[in-house]
Amino acid sequence: MSTPAMWCGQSVERVEDAALLTGRGRFIDDLGVKPGTLHAAILRSPHAHARVKAIRADPARQAPGVAAVLTGEDVTKLCASLVVGVKAPIECWPIATDRVRYVGEPVAVVVAASRYVAEDAVDLIEVDYEALPAVVDPLAALDTAQPVLHEGLRGNLASERSFCYGDPEGTFAHAAHRVSVTIRYPRNSCTPMETYGVVAEYDVGEDAYDVLANFMGPFSLHAVMARALKVPGGRFRLRTPPDSGGSFGVKQGVFPYIVLMGVASRATGRPVKWVEDRLEHLAASVSATNRVTVLDAAVDADGRVRALAWDQVEDVGAHIRAPEPATLYRMHGNLTGAYDIRHVSVRNRVVLTNKAPTGLNRGFGGPQVYYALERLMQRIAIELGLDPVEVIRRNLIPSGAFPYKTATGATLDSGDYAKAFENALADGGFAALREKQKEARAQGRVYGIGLTAAVEPSVSNMGYITTVLTPEERRKAGPKNGAQATATVALDPLGGVSVHVASVPQGQGHRTVLAQIVADALGLKPADIRVITEMDTARDAWSIASGNYSSRFAAATGGAAHLAAGKIKAKLARIAGAQLNVAANEVEFADGKARARGNPDNAVAFSRLAAASHWSPGLVPVENQALRETVFWTPPELTPPSANDEINSSLCHAFIFDFCGVEIDRTTCAVRIDKYVTMHDCGRILHPGMVAGQITGGFAHALGAALYEEYAYGPDGSFLTGTFADYLVPTAMEVPNPVILHLETPSPFTPLGTKGVGEGNCMSTPVCIANAVADALGVAEINLPLSPAKIAAHLHGAERTPRKPQAKPVAGKGRTLHGSGQAQAAAPPQAVWAMLLDPKTLAAIIPGCHGVERLSDTHFRAEVTLGVGPVTGRYKADIVLSDLTAPKAVTLTGVVTGALGNGGGTGRITLAATDDGGTTLAYEYDAEVGGKVAAIGGRLLDGAARIVIRQFFAALARHTGGKKPGYLARLFGRGA
Amino acid sequence: MPRLSAERRHRVRFTLNGSAVEAEAEPRMLLTDFLRHELGMTGTHVGCEHGVCGACTIEINGVPARACLTLAVQADGATIRTVEALAPEPGRLSILQEAFRRHHALQCGFCTAGILMSLDNYLRQRPNPTEENLRVFLGGHLCRCTGYVPILAAAMDAAKRLREVPANA
Repeated sequence: MSTPAMWCGQSVERVEDAALLTGRGRFIDDLGVKPGTLHAAILRSPHAHARVKAIRADPARQAPGVAAVLTGEDVTKLCASLVVGVKAPIECWPIATDRVRYVGEPVAVVVAASRYVAEDAVDLIEVDYEALPAVVDPLAALDTAQPVLHEGLRGNLASERSFCYGDPEGTFAHAAHRVSVTIRYPRNSCTPMETYGVVAEYDVGEDAYDVLANFMGPFSLHAVMARALKVPGGRFRLRTPPDSGGSFGVKQGVFPYIVLMGVASRATGRPVKWVEDRLEHLAASVSATNRVTVLDAAVDADGRVRALAWDQVEDVGAHIRAPEPATLYRMHGNLTGAYDIRHVSVRNRVVLTNKAPTGLNRGFGGPQVYYALERLMQRIAIELGLDPVEVIRRNLIPSGAFPYKTATGATLDSGDYAKAFENALADGGFAALREKQKEARAQGRVYGIGLTAAVEPSVSNMGYITTVLTPEERRKAGPKNGAQATATVALDPLGGVSVHVASVPQGQGHRTVLAQIVADALGLKPADIRVITEMDTARDAWSIASGNYSSRFAAATGGAAHLAAGKIKAKLARIAGAQLNVAANEVEFADGKARARGNPDNAVAFSRLAAASHWSPGLVPVENQALRETVFWTPPELTPPSANDEINSSLCHAFIFDFCGVEIDRTTCAVRIDKYVTMHDCGRILHPGMVAGQITGGFAHALGAALYEEYAYGPDGSFLTGTFADYLVPTAMEVPNPVILHLETPSPFTPLGTKGVGEGNCMSTPVCIANAVADALGVAEINLPLSPAKIAAHLHGAERTPRKPQAKPVAGKGRTLHGSGQAQAAAPPQAVWAMLLDPKTLAAIIPGCHGVERLSDTHFRAEVTLGVGPVTGRYKADIVLSDLTAPKAVTLTGVVTGALGNGGGTGRITLAATDDGGTTLAYEYDAEVGGKVAAIGGRLLDGAARIVIRQFFAALARHTGGKKPGYLARLFGRGA
Repeated sequence: MPRLSAERRHRVRFTLNGSAVEAEAEPRMLLTDFLRHELGMTGTHVGCEHGVCGACTIEINGVPARACLTLAVQADGATIRTVEALAPEPGRLSILQEAFRRHHALQCGFCTAGILMSLDNYLRQRPNPTEENLRVFLGGHLCRCTGYVPILAAAMDAAKRLREVPANA
């Protein structure tokens, strides 16, 4: 009796857009706050690893407008550690306690009348750090001789598990070939345009928290937050704003700040608002994990892969913050990709390093896995002398094998991989691309083709993360599984229909698609359906799987809405049947009416029917009363890990096959995407325009990951990409228009036959581009991002040594600067020498100097204000003079510390008399910079340092030969 | 420009979307904060506060500008347009806004205000842009949702329609 779908499948205009296009969006910072709300700013660590010796916050506490300054000591009194997902004796606080473990880790929270005042007060806090050696590289972190981040652990290895499926050992032993790749997947992030925001209020009378935050789920973290705030779940009310400016997984990471601001509100007795700035976001929100993978394949002579051996070292940063180490286990069921491979061994290790903690990020584990697997497939073709197309073709799971159970335990729900693959090659013009490559190469151009096949999992099993535990540990903890989705459909007294869901969108258009789904079910127009997606844990139906992640909307939430509408419809059909004198199963819903099938004139208006249970419940049997229906739906296929560690990690599995042609410019070494074809089988498509939007959007993220984006850290753990001028995301200039192809094989496991589609290209595209670049360059080992500098090394060999000898960067140190220059002073060397040693003169000529204090003849202390790019800050400088050869040469060694960073350096100044009685000053310096200054402007630093130093010597020269003869005469008199 | 004291708030007056507005601001207050929090015009968004992302783009005296790199006091006496001025009347979208909706050229909508302000200005200056012109021009904006493809399509479509109905520009 289902009405044929009409609205689903159409690219209807989005209901969300009118408000967003006219500036009437309701993002968290657009909503007003209660009068008296305070504003928070966070002091963050400039060090990757240091002991916090002392925090002097009294000047900040006493500043006008400041309500409180909270340090780790204050915060830990009011909350508990966030629970950690592995069995290890480590804690995870939302603020540093005795140690900082990454650049950007919160050290103190200032709560004040305005954000401006709070930021001023942050600058007044002085922290004494004892710097500790940092460990940045995940493999180095495994070495027990390296610095240890958490003393509860003996080293930095937080979790290790090995798995065996089938007979990998025997298969490798008898294999014709063994092919291996080693990859280092970098850290990157999808960086939503809107940053985190939280407004927290504590009610002391009820011991309850009410928090508004642009959190995206999963709401399993609600339990983590409530436990950290030490209240039962019902006393931790979490609400989300109607609009959220993108997330891509990243807004999961706002949750430690929800706890922190909850504590700040409790400490001050006032609501507290915090909005993250971009530097905070880039340095310390969350990123994808970086991972080192060694992947081996046992291969037949014809390229058929028989076994895989995975060895993955996952770098989760300085803390294992929930839900990590989920990134490592999300793909566990589909580690064999789109291929029919029956024997698999896996060794998974999770390490801690002095980098920001990781978390959800679009693709979540997929980019790392497919980078290894699909690089391997290309290497198999090359090492066996086969066509890469043929190697993929021979290994794809055969048509007709679905549902297909993988070696590691996933059930691949549906698909026809072979058909999608062949269609893509034919419709995407693969043969023509090969011809084009041949021609380009004949002309001496650098042109490559890449291929990728991938399975895109969606609707995560909430139990997959427990695969990190041993079967014994899982038995003790109790089984975890499922993926509860929920939707509520309600009828109002005027017969209107509303839908409430816990899907928490960040721009994906959920309201539009839910209106389509429910309109189809009830024979209405989408405009008749009012959809509410802002969420309130105190009022809405929700569960731990609620939220917007693992591409679960279309399959899970959409399906739940369809089921809830179906329940309402079944009741309405019984009411209508009684009124129309037909059986309920003879009632159909169309054109805003319920009518007798085959007799459209025997009809009742939907609105009248829908209002009946409000106005005349006495006329409607209780079991038929249709007011509000809430459906919770969890797929039975999502079972807990088996005793053999088999895990159906996701409900749905879409298929992707991509190929591309890239050309590399020999001079600039830039990679240009000539053609990109992406074939998707994501099951039934509800809104083609939005599916295209998810694919092009994901493709752009992936292109950034492939070519430009990396959260870069110096060897000392300093963070180097703190602005959008350093962390380069693609613009319209870089993103081509991909050719998108579809096959639709509905999922048998979801109510609407839908699957996820939002993350696929983040999994397939980075390696597809890398395969093309590797093909173009003819190289075996290649890692992202494929920057011109990396490609130049392949195309042109190692860079020649510069003619001028440069100081080598010191291992373990931060960003190093080198420079030298000359200046001419009108005064003779002796006079200049005296000036250099005179605090008053120094104060007058050091750029931005507020005063110089002489601690001894050779030890000075200065306060200076320096600006680098957009960041201006006040610093304390300690300068020691050594190797003095009056009046010829002096060495200055300085340490600079400030809220914005720290640095140190050495400079040698030599003075030489000129023929006309003046002095030539020559200087040379080496300096290192860390902290915020290093993060905001690698590219700006060298220039800024050069300018400041040049200004100093120019000022010195002006002082000696400027237009103030009186002063000069005095100077000469003293110097002579 | 008069010398302002850092210690106190100063009266700032300008024309915003055709109406005279005034409020007080410390000299250091950013124009974004002034528009959003002092005047309640929250359509202009803040994405990076260092001038790269373009989300805060508004029109100051007829020229697109980054509101996050402008101090409120600098705007004294200026004529400013923000995204709230684009729709011809409540309940109706401009040709450019309609094209964005038709082409699904926005998802989360956070960067959209700045892109609309830039394009609105550009299409008045250059009614006949090529796709390449628009691609280069849009290079000054970051969008993380759409992959830019539908934004370019919407801009091309809007340019065409604006040429056909110049009165509605």
